[in-house]
Parts: sequence; structure tokens; C-alpha cells
Amino acid sequence: MIQEINTGKMIDVVINGEKVSIYEGTTILDAARKVNVKIPTLCKHPDLDATASCGICVVKVKNNRKLLRACCTKAEPGMEITTHDGELFEVRKNVLDLILATHPNECLTCLRNRNCELQTLAEEFGIRQQPYKAMVKELPKDVSTKAVTLDPRKCVGCGRCVDVCQNIQKVHALEFLDRGFDTRMAPAGDIVLKESPCIKCGQCSAHCPVGALVEFDEVSNVWEALRNPELHCVAQIAPAVRVAFGEGFGMEPGELVTGKMYALLRKLGFKAAFDTNFAADLTIMEEGSEFVKKLTTEPKSLPLITSCCPAWVDFLEKYYPDLIEHFSTCKSPHEMLGALAKTYYAQKIGVDPSKVFVVSIMPCTAKKYEVQRSEDMKSSGYQDVDISLTTREFVRMTKSSGIDFKSLKPENVDSMLGTYTGAGTIFGATGGVMEAAIRTAYFLVTGKNLGTLDVEAVRGLKGIKTGVVDVQGTKVRVAVAHGTGNVRTLMDELREAKAQGKPMPYDFIEVMACEGGCIAGGGQPYMVSNELRRQRTAGIYKDDKECAIRVSHENPDIKRLYDEFLEKPLSHKSHKLLHTHYVSRPLYYK
Amino acid sequence: MDKKYFFVWEPEKLKQNQMYNAFSKVINEKNLQEKAEVIKSLFLGLTADTPVVKIMPEGNIYKGFAESDVETIIDNALNGKTSKFTCECGNKNSKVPEADPQSKQFKIVLRNAGYINPESIEDYIMRGGYSAVEKAVFSMTPDSLIAEVKASGLRGRGGAGFPTGLKWELTRREKDPVKYVICNADEGDPGAYMDRSIMEGDPHNLIEGMILGGYAIGSSQGFIYIRAEYPLAIERLEKALTAAREKGLLGKNILGSDFSFDIELRWGAGAFVCGEETALIASVEGKRGNPRPRPPFPSVSGLWNKPTFINNVETWANIPVIVEKGGAWFATIGTEKSKGTKVFAVTGKVKNPGLVEVPMGTTIREIVFDICGGINNGKKYKAVQTGGPSGGVIPEKFLDMQVDYETLQSIGSIMGSGGLIVMDEDDCMVDVNKFYLQFSVDESCGKCAPCRIGGKQILEILEKITKGNGEEKDVEKIKSIAMAMQKASLCALGQTTPNPVMSSLMYFEDEYMQHIKGKKCSTGKCKDLVSYTIISDKCIGCGLCAQRCPVTCISGEKRKPYLIDQSKCIKCGECYAVCKFNAVSRG
Repeated sequence: MIQEINTGKMIDVVINGEKVSIYEGTTILDAARKVNVKIPTLCKHPDLDATASCGICVVKVKNNRKLLRACCTKAEPGMEITTHDGELFEVRKNVLDLILATHPNECLTCLRNRNCELQTLAEEFGIRQQPYKAMVKELPKDVSTKAVTLDPRKCVGCGRCVDVCQNIQKVHALEFLDRGFDTRMAPAGDIVLKESPCIKCGQCSAHCPVGALVEFDEVSNVWEALRNPELHCVAQIAPAVRVAFGEGFGMEPGELVTGKMYALLRKLGFKAAFDTNFAADLTIMEEGSEFVKKLTTEPKSLPLITSCCPAWVDFLEKYYPDLIEHFSTCKSPHEMLGALAKTYYAQKIGVDPSKVFVVSIMPCTAKKYEVQRSEDMKSSGYQDVDISLTTREFVRMTKSSGIDFKSLKPENVDSMLGTYTGAGTIFGATGGVMEAAIRTAYFLVTGKNLGTLDVEAVRGLKGIKTGVVDVQGTKVRVAVAHGTGNVRTLMDELREAKAQGKPMPYDFIEVMACEGGCIAGGGQPYMVSNELRRQRTAGIYKDDKECAIRVSHENPDIKRLYDEFLEKPLSHKSHKLLHTHYVSRPLYYK
Repeated sequence: MDKKYFFVWEPEKLKQNQMYNAFSKVINEKNLQEKAEVIKSLFLGLTADTPVVKIMPEGNIYKGFAESDVETIIDNALNGKTSKFTCECGNKNSKVPEADPQSKQFKIVLRNAGYINPESIEDYIMRGGYSAVEKAVFSMTPDSLIAEVKASGLRGRGGAGFPTGLKWELTRREKDPVKYVICNADEGDPGAYMDRSIMEGDPHNLIEGMILGGYAIGSSQGFIYIRAEYPLAIERLEKALTAAREKGLLGKNILGSDFSFDIELRWGAGAFVCGEETALIASVEGKRGNPRPRPPFPSVSGLWNKPTFINNVETWANIPVIVEKGGAWFATIGTEKSKGTKVFAVTGKVKNPGLVEVPMGTTIREIVFDICGGINNGKKYKAVQTGGPSGGVIPEKFLDMQVDYETLQSIGSIMGSGGLIVMDEDDCMVDVNKFYLQFSVDESCGKCAPCRIGGKQILEILEKITKGNGEEKDVEKIKSIAMAMQKASLCALGQTTPNPVMSSLMYFEDEYMQHIKGKKCSTGKCKDLVSYTIISDKCIGCGLCAQRCPVTCISGEKRKPYLIDQSKCIKCGECYAVCKFNAVSRG
């Protein structure tokens, strides 16, 4: 993917004798990609600024005494660049040899096997032996969060995780400790992740080139549950999974594989294939009602801030506990579905709820943490969701099952907790929850649907999006932020207003911890970039457009659920099963 | 008759103020206050293990005297006679910078150090201090100031030797209204203390240089990045800054002009890599001191992304003199491409270690033998190391080569910041390089792979060689790793880490081979490769070796050959050193 930004001015450079025109400000790495020359790199990620740490992408520039790093050197007019020759190969291979000497030879047992950037480089460079002494640091694995696993032995020091944690997410959980050869990536203060400010968003794991930061792998636990004849296993898939899961099987990003996934779940042995989109519709009913109630009876308590993102919940509890009063009490959709599976669904099919085993297929690592976040996650009397797998884990699980995913015939969802509307599916993209909520809130206040259901103002990859919705004369000021770095800006704005006794600048706020929303969640397939985010987002909005019903309040299964079980939004039963509480949590536990 | 000033310096390990008090006592008892004054000197440019006195204005230096000699020294000085305690280094000085043919030194940077009370701004002003600021702000434009610096041919004294005037011009050219000036006082080479001495001995010189730099590039804020391990320098700089502010030389409207400029100190925690300019900037900003890629160079985007001009202490200390006496004058000193003087901190196996300031182009022979008195204990010269852990060795055959940026580079070393470590025949090249490499490995920031891993790998290989496990292919391995480090490291630290080992391989490959193939270390430094035995034919059985042996592993009867118990021997070499009959063999 070429990260070429239109800066308005074109310049010419010569790469390996071939002239190429590029926008001013383009790096040599991207300029080379434009003429289909691949300069190898280990540390540069298309989603992040260059950390310039690996030293593999060095190139020759005419009249320059030193080799330059292609990842961070901007091409200048008239530059004559050599990207490949014998000397460059030797330098790069030597650097790679040095890196390999510090990396454990554990490819066969590594979670990243055949999906590892270092392994790929080793293959491309034809590494057949290791000339240098093996110097693998013996450091303990950190599985304390049960969401993200940190194995510092495998770290290649590229710095992507630190960059994403500090500069994009602004969580500052990860830092480089020590110096020189002993440099290692770890939570500041040399504590375990669980005791650090980590919010389990997993963006570190989504950007790690190797197996140093990975999702907490629970595939084997799911297999075990499936082969247990006592259990009644059901699964649900999150909105954002359906536009990325196919990537694991060579399909295009954004390609919708919903029906195939229902079929896959049943083939794997799940008794029911549910859809978190259904629960997203339910969330809208609850959260929309919560908002309308506040808007009409106590507008001073606004803004209402969405709570479907568990990494964001953790971030708020740690960094902005003073804003807890503004937080929606709604659980995240998959938790709502888990609670209903062990109550409503179990009752209807006559299964002992203790035997119902709920697996969530999520784009997210934080959901793994969320399933045990508090006692509220046991509202059914049992842990509402038993295991939450990331998209990446589910890709691996599918591959090990022998099922040819691409050739599966699409099937339908199990309707009791499955039918969804366009409003539910757009939860997967930034702005989606807000858009879905506006569609229903407008209806709840006015009794009519919006003329145009598309709310363009809240769509797209801009870090903070704001807009005003006219609800029968009431101007509802909305804001959407994604990526906790951007979220900070918005929350600081609220804090500032509060401190100065000024009116709050917004009425309704949607927050997603990951940039782009769940489509680029920490548990999604690798090599995310804005281009990839757009492709996956396009798949989400395509799904919305193709839905016969595009507003949550018209979902027939939701209506049935309220009629048969929950009575009405914000009812006593809803509160027990679908809502939660928040507490202030320390940044550091020690 | 001129009043005589006795600058007394006493080594820290001795009883403090003993000699100072002795001088005071004599002066008071003999009522000589009109004619003589004793001043506690904190720095005389040389180190010694005995007290030193320097008598001004003549500049005679005496050492090796006792308390009872003080009266004679004072009498002689007042009567125009010299004393017998003359110091061999003859470290004379004069009030204005000029060449001193007798000592071969030329003090520009160190012109005041030792002669003024560094905590007195008046002393500095008395010696012409701050007149360059006055001259610049009232009679020179920033452009003409830059032109003067360009004409001087001054190059960065931090090591790389980038032309200072050009750097100023590049920073001045930037349009941003906010610019910063930084002094890199993160001196960290082993054995180097030039910058510390300037800051401790003449802090106003540095401050004046920075004010001029601020005026030239259009900056109103300067920072001195200094390591916390230099507490005295910090204290003196703080005092100097306060004094300069009180005199209107810093702050708003300097000397009533419309130029405003101030300086703040920023403490570093002592990481060597923070001497690299982009790492230094990160550290000043409060981040981990890791280098970042260049371009953009700090002159375009530096501290807080503003155009920033960074120079090291010694470079700044040259500026006031250049402004005062003109770039053309400065350009008469030195060689064709390297102008002015260079301060070296001479350490190691040399008779008179200390700071010397010599014109560029002075030879190593002049520095080591003429100025510093040659090798200690009559041993044979082996090499000097310039540029510390980033530099290389200068073997005997280059003793008469003129030292400047280009010549040093041409023989595989670098000018560096001024550390000059003298090695004699007892130093093992492999062992010495282990030391440098260990330093660089410890000080690597750990960010970029070639430096983080490469240094450690070379160090491991050297360890292996000194333990007697070296293989011939190890030299090739060192060369491969060095190539990767030099070509692919991000900053100068990683690019230069292999320099010492590569340079020593260039001139002393035989010595490496002796370790690898012969499993021998002729200097005895590599303990795993050496054993001491007593040659029974030569041993007269005096028993001296047995007396000196710290682990009592030598035994025998008087007047019969002694024997060393190899299982207990720690290979300290004491027996070898004390035997008067060459009866102990090392091999």
C-alpha cells in the first residue's frame, strides 16, 4: 500500500534508473512502491510513522556518503536512488542475521507461524544458517491481562507497539525500559500489564510484526467446550468481523462473509449461530431510550457517552473517572446477548442455562477482559459470555478444522437472537453507534423516521467528528471520537467545561478506542492502514444499505424479545441483564 | 612592582587547603598583603598528585614542594627569582590568547581558566569578557557576525567537525520566529573532561558565546544541556547565569539594546547517547533520549520542532575571541582546513596528564612527548586513542603526523571531542578494545538493531578471543558486523562503535592473531592466555616473589629455586615485576 499524501506538488526522482513522479513529501520507501520496487523493512508499518529502528530498509542515494533509511527519508527532487545491489543486500542480510540471533527459534510453536513479518523476511533473504551467537533474552511472559499476551523474548525492538500505545492511543502503558542490549519493551515501572494503565485495546498486538504481543489465545478452550457433550455451545459474531474475517482466507478486505460464517459456526459444532448485530439493535433500544429520557427529563445530565467498547470503558475508569456519571449504563452488545442466551434463549429451548456455553467472535482483545470485568457480567447467574475469541484466533481455529471456508454456502442466522437491521451492523465502524442511535432516538421523540437515514456527518476517519441533529426543534449536539488519543481531546474539552462551570458542549458522544472503530480493532487481521479501514468500512455500509430494515426499533426479533421477555426498554429486567456500573480504577496498582 | 598572585591548587585526596593556608600564613606574617595574594585555584589545566602553585603574571608553575618551602617560593617570586620546583610541563599562560612557543600550547578556549575566580563575573570582565557581546549588539548585524564566524573557519568541536558558521547560517535562514540555541554539555567520552573544565573554570566564556549565537540566529532562548554528574559545573553555571542577568547581559534588552536572550540549564542523567543532537533534543523535551532520523536536521526542525542550533561547549567558548579579534585572525591559526586550537584531555600512560590546548596541526609527538613529558616509567609508546569509544588508535608511525580533522580520518581515527588516551607497551589492544566496546554497548540507546545487537556480538567475540577460544573466522565475523553497524545504524553512536576495533585491526592485526592462533597475550593483560613460571636456572631463591605474591602461591626454600602453584595463581604479574634476575617467565 502506497502512503502517498497529495501535497499538491509533484517531484521527479530516479529509482534504479527509472523516473518516477511522486508527491513532494513522499518517502523513498513509498516512492519505490510506486514503481513496484519493494524495499524490505521490518519496523515500518503502513499505519504508523517510521520508527527507523530496524535498519533493513537502507538505500543508496547518489552523492550521499551514507546509506539512508528509505522508511523515513523523504524523496527530494532529482534524487537518484539505488534500492538493490550486492552491497545493500549484504548490509541488510547482516542486520537481519543480527536480529535473528536475538530471536528465539520457535517458529513452529509460535502463534505467528506463517503470519510473521520476521519469518517472511528470513525466507525472502534466503537465511539458511545463523552465523552469530544466539542471544535470546530470558524474560518472563506476561499473561496477566488475559487479553493481550506479552512475550518480551520475541520482541525485535521495532517500537511499533510503544508508538501506537503512546502516540496513537495515548495510554502510555508500554515503554522501552533499560538501555543498550538490555532494552526491552514493557509496562513503565517494570510491572505486569494488568497493574499498568493498559486498556487491553490490543492495538499493540495488531501492529506487532512478530509474536511478542499477541492476543491471549483461547482457541483450545473453545475446542474443548465443543467436544464436551454436556454443553450447549452457541456463538455470536460481531459487526466488524464479517468484513475482515475473509482476509484470513485470501478474500478482499471488506468482503461480507456473514452467511458463510453462520454456516461455519454450525459446521464447527455450535448449536446456534447468533449475531451480535441483533444485540446492537437491542443496545440502541436501551441506550436510545436512556438518551431520550435524559434529553426530555434531565437535559443537564447530558452528554450521554456510549459504552459499547470495553477498552474505552477501561480507559474512562482509569483516566476520566470524574466523567462516569455521563456514561451510558448499557453493557456492550455481546454481553447483552450472552445474558439473554443464558436466560431467554435457554428458557425457550428448555436447556439448563448452566449448560449453555457462549462464545463471542470479536474484533477485539478487550472483550476478553470484559467477560470477567465485574459481577455485572454474571447477570444470568453464570458468566454471561464464556469465551471471547478475536477474529485472528477464529481464523486459525477455522484453518485447523479442515473446513474450506471460501467454498461454504451461506446460511441464515438463528433468528431468536440473530435477526439484525442496518443500524446494528454499522456498530462496526466509527460513528455507527451514533448514527444508529440517532435513527432510533429521532423516532422515539418524533414518532417518525428520519427522511434520510444516512448521517454522513458522523462517518469517516476524521479523529473527532461533530454535528447537530434537529429533533423536532431540539438541537442535539453530537460528537464522535475514535482512537483513545482523539478521545482524550474530547474528554478534556468536557472536563474543561465542567471545571469552568460552562454548559457542556455536546449532548451525545460516541467513543471507540480503536481508530476507525471495531473494523480496525485490536483483534482484527494484520497490516491495518487507513486504506484497509476504508475498505472494511465500505463493507459495513454496504451491509447497512442491503438490509431491508435499517432502524433498530423495527427489528421484529427485538420487538418479540420485549413482548415476550424484557417488557420494555429500561425495564427492571433490562436493568438487571443489560446494564452495568462503573468504578474509578487506579492507573497503577502498585 | 606588580603584585604577585599565587594560584594554589591542591589535589582532592590530600588535606584540603594545607598549602593555601601556608601561603596565607607567610603573607600575613611578613605583611606582604600589598605585594602578594594567594588565590585558591580550582583548575590549573593539569592534574598532579601533589599541590601545584602558579605564579602570575609570570606564569611559572611549581610542584613537588613542601609546606616548609612556601616561604622560599614567595621570597624568590618577589625577588624575581625562580624556584627549583619548576614543573616539567611548563604550562605558561598569558592574558590575551597568543601562541606560547615554549610550551607549544596556544590558549584560546582555556585563556582564563585558572587565572580568574570562575564565580566572579568581574574577574571575567576584567580580562576582556563580554566585550564581544557589547561589540556585537551595538556594532554588528547578525549577518556580519555569522560572516565573521564563517571567515574564522571554526568547525564543531564535538567531534564531527561541521563548519560552525554554515550551521549558524542554515538556522538563521529558517523563517520560524521562534528558534533555540543549545549548548551540548553532555561530555561523556571516557577520559575526556575538556568541557567540564571550561564550565568549571570559565563559565562566562560559554555564556558569552551562547549570547552571541542567540544574537546571530535570532533566538531569545538558550539551553545548556549538562549532565548531573557535573555538580560543580552546574553550580558555577547557575551562579554565572545569575550574575550575568544582574549585569543586564542576559534577559530582556541586553545592555539596553533591543536584543533579548536568556539561558536555562537542563540536566541530563548521564546517558552518553544524549550527546547525539537529536537524542539530546528528545531529552530536553522530557522524552527518552533516543536519536531520531535526520533529516530533518535540528537547524530546520529541532527542539519542539523549532529551528535549533546546537554546539558543544568548546565550540561556544571559541566564539567570544573570534568576535573580539576577528575571523581572519582566528583563521591564521591551525591547518588549511582545520582552524584554531583544540583542547585535548591527555590521560593514560603519560608523565604529565592534563589538559592541553594546541593549534590544529600540532603532532601527537609534540603533545605526548614535548608537552606532556612522554611515556611514564620509560616504557615504550604503543599508540594513542583519539575520539574515545568512537575513534581509533594512532600507532607510532603516525607520531609526526599533523593532527586535524582530515588527517585523523584518513588513518581511521577521528578528532572526537578531545580525549587522548596514551597507551604503552603494556597495553593489550584486544583488551583495550573490549573496554571501549563494553562502554558503547552499555551506552547504546537500544533503539536500532545494528547498534543494539551488533556491539554486543562483537564484544562477545572479543571476550571469546581473550579467553583463548578465538577462531580465525572471528576476525571476518567482526568485520561483517562492523560493516552492518557502520552502514545501517541510525546515529553516529552506532556507526562509530566498531571504529576502535576496526582501527586496531588495521594496525595491530598481528596482536589479534597472536591471541587467536598462538593463544598468547604478550602483555599479560588477558589472564586466560598467560602463565607465570619460575626459571629454575635463573632463580637464586631470594624469596622476594613469594613475599609479594598476594595469594601466597609461590613457595620454596631460601637459596633454592622457587615454584609457582599454577592452580592458585591469579596471574597478577607481581612476581614478574619484582624479580631482579629475570627468573620469572611470562608466556
